[in-house]
Amino acid sequence: MTRQAKEEEVREALKSVDDPELPSVSVSDLGMVHTVIVDGSSVSIVMVPTFAGCPALDFIKADVHQAVLELDWVSECEVEFSFELKWSTDAITDEGKKQLKKHGIAPPPENYEPGQEWTVNCPYCDSDYTSMDNVFGPTACRSILYCSSCKNPFEAMKPVVEYAIK
Amino acid sequence: MTKVTSAQEAMNDDVYLKALTDLLYQLADDDFLISFRGSEWLGLAPHIEEDVAFSSITQNTMGHALMYYRLLEDLSEGEADALAHERDPSSRRNAVYFEKKNGEGEYLTEPYYDWALAVVRNFLYESFKKVKLEALTKSSYTPLANIAGKVLMEQPYHLSHWKIWFKQLNNSTDEAKTKLQSRLEEAWQQFGDVLELGEYATELEHFDIISGEDDLKERFIQEVESTVKDIRDISFGKAFGSGREGDHTPDLDQALNTLAEVYRSDEKAVW
Repeated sequence: MTRQAKEEEVREALKSVDDPELPSVSVSDLGMVHTVIVDGSSVSIVMVPTFAGCPALDFIKADVHQAVLELDWVSECEVEFSFELKWSTDAITDEGKKQLKKHGIAPPPENYEPGQEWTVNCPYCDSDYTSMDNVFGPTACRSILYCSSCKNPFEAMKPVVEYAIK
Repeated sequence: MTKVTSAQEAMNDDVYLKALTDLLYQLADDDFLISFRGSEWLGLAPHIEEDVAFSSITQNTMGHALMYYRLLEDLSEGEADALAHERDPSSRRNAVYFEKKNGEGEYLTEPYYDWALAVVRNFLYESFKKVKLEALTKSSYTPLANIAGKVLMEQPYHLSHWKIWFKQLNNSTDEAKTKLQSRLEEAWQQFGDVLELGEYATELEHFDIISGEDDLKERFIQEVESTVKDIRDISFGKAFGSGREGDHTPDLDQALNTLAEVYRSDEKAVW
C-alpha cells in the first residue's frame, strides 16, 4: 500500500470516530483532524481542539488513537492537539452540519465576523422565528434556543472565530 | 526579543525560565481558583439558566487552567494533576481576591453565598483576563502566545455574560446597587496583587513574555471604566498581601483541601 493510500485509510477511519458529546458527528466532519502523517507502520496525527477548555479532548484523543490502531498495518499511533492552529466553526463540513441538524443542533452561522449579530434557523423546521434562551448550553460549544414556529427547544453551536484585537 | 518557540529553548536560559514559570503559575492558579469558587455555586445560582451558564463557564475556565499546567509540565515542573493538587498554599501564585470564599457558610451546609460578590468578582476577573490574554498573544514564548489566541476565541462569551449581569443589576433596585457597590469597594481594597506580576515582573517585561504591570493596569482600567464608573481615582489595595508572592488566607486552605479530597483518597488512580 502506498503512503498516500495509507493516509487516506486513516482519514477514512477517523470518519467513524464520533465526538463523545455530539453522537454521530465525527471528529473529521467537525474539522478537528489537521494532519495525518504515515511513516511505515507509524501514524502521527495532529488535531485541532474546538474549545480549548473542552473536557472531552482527552476522550477524543483516546478514541482516535484506538480507531487508528485497529487498522491492521498500524503498529503505533501518536495523537496530539495543537494550539498553534485555530479551529473555527467554519471548519465543519457539510456532512457535519447535516448530522448536527439531525440531532437538533443548528450548525453555526457561516462567515461569521466577531461582534456581529447572528441568527440561527431552527434545525427541525428551518424557521428563523427563533430566540436565544441561554448562550451557554450543555457543553462549552453549544447554546440553547427556542423555535417559536414549531415550538421546539433546540441547540446551536456558538460561532467561534479568530479574535481580532482592537 | 527573539521568539522562544519551544520548552526546550526556554530551558536554555535560566532567568527566562524562572520568569516564565512564575507567570504560568499565576495564570494557571488564577483560573484554577476562580473555577473552583464557580463550581461551588453549582445548584445554587439564582435560576436554572444561570446554573447552566455559570457551570459551563466554570468548566471551560478549568480547561484553561489545565492548558497552563500542561505548559508547566512541558517545562519539567511535574505532572499537571500534581501541580494542581499537591502544591503547598505558599507556592500558589493566584491573587488573594480569587481564593476568597463565596460568602458565609459552606457548600454542603447552609451556603449563604453572595450573588453580588459572584457578579463583581467574575466581571472583574474576566475583564482582567481579557487584557492579560491580549498582551500574551504577543508573548515571546510562542506556545503561550498560541494558547492565549485560542482562549481569546472563547473568553468573550464569559466576559459578556458577567458584564450583562453587572449592568442589569446595577440598573435595577437600590438594594442591588448598594450590594454591588459595597462588593466593588471591597474588591478595590483587595485587587492590588491581581494587577501585579510577582517576583519576576521586571524580567517578564524585559523578555517580552508579557507587557509590564503599568500597561496592564491602564488597559484594565480602560476595559472596566465604561461599566464601572469613576475607577480612575481608586488606589488598589492589598488587604491580604500579594498572592503573586505567596501570601494567602485560610480561604485558600479550604479551597485546596476540598479540591484535592478525591485526588488524595487515591493518588494512583487512573481516570
